[in-house]
Amino acid sequence: MSTQVPADLKYAKSHEWLRVAGDVATVGITDHAQHELTDVVFVELPAVGRKVKAGEACAVVESVKTASDIYAPASGEVIEVNKAVTDDPGLVNGEPYGKGWFFKLKLSDAAEAGALLTPEAYTAQIGG
Amino acid sequence: MLKRTPLFSAHQRAGGKLIEFGGWEMPVQYSTITDEHLCVRRAAGIFDISHMGEVIVRGPAAEAFLNATLTNDVRKLVVGLGQYTLMCHEHGGVIDDLYAYRLGAEEYLLIINASRIEPDVAWLQERLGAFPQQADVTLANLSDHTAAVAIQGPKTPGLLDQLFPAASTGGTHVAKPSDLKKNQIAQFAFDGQAVCVARTGYSGEDGFEVITPALLIEAVWDKALNLGHQFCLQPCGLGARDTLRTEVCYPLYGHELDENTTPIEAGVGFFVALDKGDFVGRAVLAEQKASGTKKKLVAFKMTDKAPPPRPHYVIWAGGSAVGEVVSGTQSPSLNNGIGMGYVPPQVAVIGGKLEIEIRGRRFAAEIVKKPIYKKP
Repeated sequence: MSTQVPADLKYAKSHEWLRVAGDVATVGITDHAQHELTDVVFVELPAVGRKVKAGEACAVVESVKTASDIYAPASGEVIEVNKAVTDDPGLVNGEPYGKGWFFKLKLSDAAEAGALLTPEAYTAQIGG
Repeated sequence: MLKRTPLFSAHQRAGGKLIEFGGWEMPVQYSTITDEHLCVRRAAGIFDISHMGEVIVRGPAAEAFLNATLTNDVRKLVVGLGQYTLMCHEHGGVIDDLYAYRLGAEEYLLIINASRIEPDVAWLQERLGAFPQQADVTLANLSDHTAAVAIQGPKTPGLLDQLFPAASTGGTHVAKPSDLKKNQIAQFAFDGQAVCVARTGYSGEDGFEVITPALLIEAVWDKALNLGHQFCLQPCGLGARDTLRTEVCYPLYGHELDENTTPIEAGVGFFVALDKGDFVGRAVLAEQKASGTKKKLVAFKMTDKAPPPRPHYVIWAGGSAVGEVVSGTQSPSLNNGIGMGYVPPQVAVIGGKLEIEIRGRRFAAEIVKKPIYKKP
């Protein structure tokens, strides 16, 4: 079974992805992560306006089995959250890089995003 | 070092995701918990339950010994029948919950929880040491040499008849496994050896448990999966086993039951036969049955959109913290958060409003009648 690791994204060791466009980054969890979690049944997102630091727990994703923290891959301010994914948590399993995104961050330090894992490094980490 | 069942490599072949459970390395799921859960509700699933313990109690005084040690009345068992029962301390706390089957006139099989094999066997030996007719009872812990699978779901009778296509050779006399009634057990031949098949389970569905010598179980597992295609049989892990039993409110040792909880508090007083004569824990259990308990197990459903409830979450009622969740999950059948927890008896009213505290916030829940899920 092959796990998708899109080439145009950056990755955190804790299995979040980051899609950077200017100083705004969209954050979600990876295909590998959703596959490990299975059956996402609840997603709790941060409040819009919350300032987060890289590595800070700021969302929760719950599967049937367990609750898992989601960490901000970079520092910044939450400027938008994905209502669709709280209404239909299954989007995290179905489209982890698309409609299953979690929130958008206005980055406070562009260098942080640059320091995240490349697709190749993340693939190596998950043993792909 | 975690213990492994004889089906360990079969789980690896089937793509099982392995986790630690009570000292064992067991599959939590093969596909997803929801998928496996719904497969058992609609069709058929096979679970490795080889980690569970098996103890044989034999001899002319086996019946008297078990009746003095377990809560249910073992005298109700004819050969080939089993019952749910519990083993308690003098103070009424539960050492284990188990199934007792009568295999022969003077032979009983106890199926005990994996995590409780050592305390159970030690307790049985201790009680036997104090039992007047101890010379007429022998105990044998066969747990290391015995394996088992649970085959559960509405389509399993047809599958079992193909898996064991001849009449029974012991226990209840039946022409085929699907003639067994609930809680009956019989021996059938498989590859020239005798295996036990009991019509019971832990899923709230029709189903069977197959108990075999350890070395035979992989052949049973493989053949069941091969024959199982036409019955949509899937291998299922402990994740689905837990959500299935939670929906129908079957207790799990370590959650609903422990040494500080009595069967009366846990709502399984039906399996405590106060009229059968003395047994360990009787005085306390009789007193609780007559005058009530300080805590009571209730089942609940989340009534608003909420994260799934989990064990140890605090239960609130009327503005006070009143108890703790012991089992909780997102019900795959109902697509709703469900759980069980202990609350004071005055709170334990069907329809009563609760709140479950989840990460510092309280979410509304309602006490519901057990089982939470009933077949439509």
